[in-house]
Amino acid sequence: MKFTLSWLREHLSGDYGLDEVTGALNRIGLEVEGVEDKAAKLKGFTIAYVVSAVQHPNADKLRVCMVDTGAGEPVQVVCGAPNARTGMKSVFSPPGTYIPGKDMTLGIGTIRGVESRGMLCSAAELELSEDHDGILDLPEDAPVGATYVDWIGLDDPVIEIAVTPNRADALGVHGIARDLAAAGLGTLVEDEIAPVAGMFPCPVAVTIADEAPCPAFALRLVRGVTNGPSPDWLQAKLRAIGLRPINALVDVTNLLTFDQNRPLHVFDAAKVRGDLVVRRAREGESLLALDGKTYALDAGMCVIADDRGVESLAGVMGGEESGCDEATTDVLVESALWEPINIAQTGRKLGLNSDARFRFERGIDPAFTLPGLELATKLILDLCGGEPSEVVLAGTIPDTTRAIDFPLALTEKLTGLVADEAEQVAILCRLGFAVEGAAGTVAVTPPSWRGDIEGKADLVEEVIRIAGLDRVPSLPFPRDETARKPVLTTLQLRTRKAKRALAARGLVEAVTWSFVPKAQAELFGGGQNELALANPIAADLSDMRPSLLPGLIRAAQANADRGLGDVALFEVGQVFRGDRPQDQFIAATGLRRATAKPAGAGRHWSGKSGAVDAFDAKADALALLAACGAPVANLQISTDAPGWFHPGRSGTFRLGPNVIGHFGELHPSVLEALDCDGALVGFELLLDRIPAPKAKPTRVKPLLELAAFQPVERDFAFVVARGVAAGDMVKAAAGVDRKLITAVNVFDLYEGENLKAPGIDAEAKSVALSVTLQPREKTLTDAEIEAVASKIVAEVTKKTGATLRG
Amino acid sequence: MSVAALPDLDALERELTAGIAGAADEPALEAIRVAALGKKGSVSELLKSLGGMSPEERKSAGPAINGLRDRLNAALGARRAELKAAALAKRLETERVDVTLPVRETPAELGRLHPISQVIDELTAIFADMGFAVAEGPDIEDDFHNFTALNFPEGHPAREMHDTFYLPTKEDGSRLVLRTHTSPVQVRTMLAGKPPIRVICPGRTYRSDSDQTHTPMFHQVEGLVIDKGSNLGHLKWILEEFCKAFFEVDNVKMRFRPSFFPFTEPSMEVDIQCDRSRPGEIRFGEGSDWLEILGCGMVHPNVLRNCGLDPDEYQGFAWGMGIDRIAMLKYGMPDLRAFFEADVRWLSHYGFRPLDFPTLAGGLSN
Repeated sequence: MKFTLSWLREHLSGDYGLDEVTGALNRIGLEVEGVEDKAAKLKGFTIAYVVSAVQHPNADKLRVCMVDTGAGEPVQVVCGAPNARTGMKSVFSPPGTYIPGKDMTLGIGTIRGVESRGMLCSAAELELSEDHDGILDLPEDAPVGATYVDWIGLDDPVIEIAVTPNRADALGVHGIARDLAAAGLGTLVEDEIAPVAGMFPCPVAVTIADEAPCPAFALRLVRGVTNGPSPDWLQAKLRAIGLRPINALVDVTNLLTFDQNRPLHVFDAAKVRGDLVVRRAREGESLLALDGKTYALDAGMCVIADDRGVESLAGVMGGEESGCDEATTDVLVESALWEPINIAQTGRKLGLNSDARFRFERGIDPAFTLPGLELATKLILDLCGGEPSEVVLAGTIPDTTRAIDFPLALTEKLTGLVADEAEQVAILCRLGFAVEGAAGTVAVTPPSWRGDIEGKADLVEEVIRIAGLDRVPSLPFPRDETARKPVLTTLQLRTRKAKRALAARGLVEAVTWSFVPKAQAELFGGGQNELALANPIAADLSDMRPSLLPGLIRAAQANADRGLGDVALFEVGQVFRGDRPQDQFIAATGLRRATAKPAGAGRHWSGKSGAVDAFDAKADALALLAACGAPVANLQISTDAPGWFHPGRSGTFRLGPNVIGHFGELHPSVLEALDCDGALVGFELLLDRIPAPKAKPTRVKPLLELAAFQPVERDFAFVVARGVAAGDMVKAAAGVDRKLITAVNVFDLYEGENLKAPGIDAEAKSVALSVTLQPREKTLTDAEIEAVASKIVAEVTKKTGATLRG
Repeated sequence: MSVAALPDLDALERELTAGIAGAADEPALEAIRVAALGKKGSVSELLKSLGGMSPEERKSAGPAINGLRDRLNAALGARRAELKAAALAKRLETERVDVTLPVRETPAELGRLHPISQVIDELTAIFADMGFAVAEGPDIEDDFHNFTALNFPEGHPAREMHDTFYLPTKEDGSRLVLRTHTSPVQVRTMLAGKPPIRVICPGRTYRSDSDQTHTPMFHQVEGLVIDKGSNLGHLKWILEEFCKAFFEVDNVKMRFRPSFFPFTEPSMEVDIQCDRSRPGEIRFGEGSDWLEILGCGMVHPNVLRNCGLDPDEYQGFAWGMGIDRIAMLKYGMPDLRAFFEADVRWLSHYGFRPLDFPTLAGGLSN
């Protein structure tokens, strides 16, 4: 919402300046978005008299002028304007002046051998109009030496405020003035709007049909008008706030829209056939609107129609066919009320914004429907002449009167601001509220223009915003009485631990979009219709991600494309398996590319890093799980990872029946589909799936038992078919005596050619286990150790078909 | 045997002592020791001969021979230590590495947390100290939690303040949205439990908006207090304390301006004092500029009602701000869009080391 300071002064008398106005506007919630003061940058331009203008000795198109600037001797100026002549008055700028229209600062110049100490200016050079055909030609009475902008009254800053959706009343200068006056700045100028007596009955009847969303529709004819360009003061006003003057009749409606927040419409009566009916649009109907575009209408929209068809889109925009132009002699003036939601829906559906729509969808003052029409009539009569008809009114002006019981103590209870009862009542009265009672609980009736006021809390807001929010005290907010407890849930704690655990392993945290292209969603098990955005912002941000991997893979590739191929990235964030809250999980996902191994990447004098492999991903995943307190020892690892992993180099983690996640190399065809290359390994874990820790009655740790006897380590080298999982061998060995055997480690693995073993036809491998025995009560004898060793060999052989190497 | 029969002990001692001093290495020294003090060594033999002597002879020969033995042992020990030290010195002379060779960077030095994670941890530390828990909710929300419960009437222009992402329309005509703010978490919190409530709700939010300063996905943190008496004055104090703690300044001036949000009444926007006179840097707690950082207000009675709370019994306040934005203000990242581009150059530069855990005890940005 824009207005000029002088426009405000018409509604708000008093002694105040621009800074006071902007300060007060900000304080009361009408946030100043900007102030444009055209005059400020034109202060250096003064009115001057051209004493003489003679032909330049060396240039046909230039003149040498002696200019009386009102200060000292005349100044010599070289001027190229065709209209420069002796005896004229124009606008002069001395050297050092910034010329906004040319975006340059003037210096002393020599033009074709003649010195020029200043410049005579065109309107375009002052950015006052597009006119650059010649220098400004001022009337004879223009005072030489005076500042030009002051003399033409341009010294009128334009103020733009942001009006929040609840404050429709501030979409007119009068309403803004009322708020400022209530806040103590100036006095509201309230002119009585006298009805204009009709001279004859309105010949056009109005009916409201189809239960159209129109509570009231007032209309009157003014006949015999002379339309044409509106007077300068009106054009200047509209131009100042960025509107284009059209003609007097249309300009009057625009004036009242911004002056009084009262949108109106004018029909050329000669172009209206028969009576008017306010009704729903019919399927197939369309309207050529005043913006020159044709809009297809539907039955949800409300229109004003005559015998020919739709003439206007209610509350949004009039029709071109029945619009007023300079030939209009009889004008129908409409002042109506529309249901805000209908206007909003219509405007949104058609993508049609207008000043009328903006106001009607926020709700305008119903009580001003008829006064607005009277004011418009008066202005039309003043500017265009003519004879007004009587007013016809279809529907009824709704009575919005409602009283709200307002306990004045509520202000302090909700805000801490202390304002005595008299002050609160006075503030409400200044804002136009009617208050019954003066103490305790008062009955407050909001004014008709404040449709946003629903209850007590709204009244508290009115009081404190006018009293001043700086009066709200700062009140210490003690912790509540309850004991200090951890505030994070297990999942939240795990999320933050997961992030730091992964960063500690050298991975860098990325935050990638929650949406991925549909094709990528499909590749990673997603792509369901219910997770595709109806209005994606871009085709590649279309579907809610089922996995963090595609985003990270693409990010890794983007970094590789910038020359950083050895990247290790992770993200901890939400993934979507469906659209219900319980279908959203927190995933922790990491990715390593090229040689970004945990121990370091790339070439190094101490040894070159090889390509990342599935075990790097596995190690990351296990470190994360351990950091999150998952029972890592109970993890089961199987080879059934989903299809976006390499089938032979990937695994799945389970705890009991729950799949916790997967790790391994990414499938080559998935990488190809994502347009990525390089060795890529990753893992994805669902933190929600990690079982909650068991509640413990005490924080005391179990007593540490330090064995008094040396542990014994025995090594076993087995030959076994390649397909046998080493994990099964470890499990078999460990299961022999769970008390005695404290650790089983795979310390060697050999998969060379020609390894043969009795009873194994397939290719074999050698797996060497070291088993740690921890005696508890006495040192083991050789015989006892031998007995356990034999059992281990027997058990591993039985479970896996392995044989002890000779 | 007479004393005169004893060999010349002095000569023997001179000979052995010279041999010890001249021994070049430990084996040579050991050979001398064996020759003198070994089972059949010359000195050992003399010691043995004491047994065959008369008490008179032993009286003079005993101390002389024992003295010789003790001096030899001492000389052997001293020489052994010398040789050992010399050998060690020689070995150390050869054992050299070039300590200027670079080591591999430790993983913890390379890894980084995203500034958003770090700032969420900072916020958690500050507000946990004031007794706030952390609440979270789903990103895909229904109309009720994202709008209706928060007093956004259907068709109201306030809904257009949010450029909403929609999921497909369902058979019953409803359609889910990507939450446009974290306020639905407030609704879920109020519906799930009775006051007193003190929570902050950090999380991802979405609006279909993209330009220099807007991304379709961003992060918000909101706070909610519901009880029977907390008012705007308390909110003001909390926000002042927050700004001081977060921006790590002793004092910060704040300016409250009336504003509008459908879910609060009264509603306000808050500016904080800052100094923007240095290019590319904003300093808080000084200067004469103002910067808008958050919106807040008393929870609207309709919202309380929609969440099953009686507005005549309960009251409270809520506030919300952009996590990405306050991260940018505090740490000086110039461009929001870079937050989501996963450029490791940016992440390494603006990210945080894993052990830089923000605490109130150690300082948030230590």
